Amino acid sequence: MAHIDLGNDLPGIRGPMAFRPETAKPLNELAEILLRDDDNTLSRGERELIGAYVSSLNDCFFCQNVHGGLAQYYMQCDMPFIDAIKRDPMATSLSGKMKALLVIAGKVQASGKAVTAADVAAAREQGATDREIHDAVLIAAAFCMFNRYVDGLGTWAPQDRQYYVNRAPQRAAEGYIDFDLYK
Amino acid sequence: MPYIDVHNDLPGIRGLLAFRPETAGPLGQLANLLLKDTEGLTPTERELIATYVSYLNDCFYCHISHGEIASCYLGGDRALVDQVRKDYRQAPVSDKLKALLAIAEKVQQSGRSVTPADVAAAREQGATDRDIHDTVLIAAAFCLFNRYVDGLGATTPTDMAGYEARARQVAEKGYGDHVFQVNH
Repeated sequence: MAHIDLGNDLPGIRGPMAFRPETAKPLNELAEILLRDDDNTLSRGERELIGAYVSSLNDCFFCQNVHGGLAQYYMQCDMPFIDAIKRDPMATSLSGKMKALLVIAGKVQASGKAVTAADVAAAREQGATDREIHDAVLIAAAFCMFNRYVDGLGTWAPQDRQYYVNRAPQRAAEGYIDFDLYK
Repeated sequence: MPYIDVHNDLPGIRGLLAFRPETAGPLGQLANLLLKDTEGLTPTERELIATYVSYLNDCFYCHISHGEIASCYLGGDRALVDQVRKDYRQAPVSDKLKALLAIAEKVQQSGRSVTPADVAAAREQGATDRDIHDTVLIAAAFCLFNRYVDGLGATTPTDMAGYEARARQVAEKGYGDHVFQVNH
């Protein structure tokens, strides 16, 4: 049961989005541009992974599974690999650039002020561009919002993690703008 | 100087928005919908929630910018804004706003910190479901804006006159792309 009467029984962020469609619109547009727009040198999988990692640090079950499921789908990997990244990205086979961007994302999750010039220089040394660093910071910051929106209103989430994996191909195809909140 | 080259010398979030106008669009729309709305919560109450969360996140640029906008709505009452920052429980604001600031304070820590008792307390003071929804989303959105500004090391002016002038502009025109277009 959500903390407020949302007028629907949709899971996760879909509940408050259906409750207040005016704010849902820019929230979904932001997600589309940050996570799915193809005018980006970070792959969709890499961007979803940043979202899943930050959501895991924020302990948001719904978001980490939605976005972990999408990352898994785009990267054609399995759930144990996504879980290993959530536990310790440094111990995985991710690229040096992605590891450096996840370090920055992890700092952003703690506080914007935790990010240092050295963190940014380290990402640049691994080939990250200014735009990629910008997007990594904004994706991490955006999930600090989405996660709080979902959990701060006490929304419910399906507990079977396979549910999210099964939905991922359809979610990937529909994107964040032209999808039906009720399906 | 921001950590990345934003190709402009606009201060705070404005420099970042100008660097990436594609994401600036929805961010500006979200801010305008949440902070300029007059249904339920007043724009002043909304800016006070934004100021308080930004203060808790220790984001100087955001808590000064939004504090100035709140103060502008309050006819220049900076003392009240400062009281909300430092100890809202003792500030001369409504019990409803105090209960909503308590929810915002929890959201700033973690969404999971908000309890049914926090929400019930706000409802007892007359807050509607929409007021509570907007409070949670304003607090959550400032956990984004604050991290965006400080995570990229955005330029933070220390001359307070600039913030006052910008506040008047936002009070009049709201949020949107004009905040990073140089000719404005």
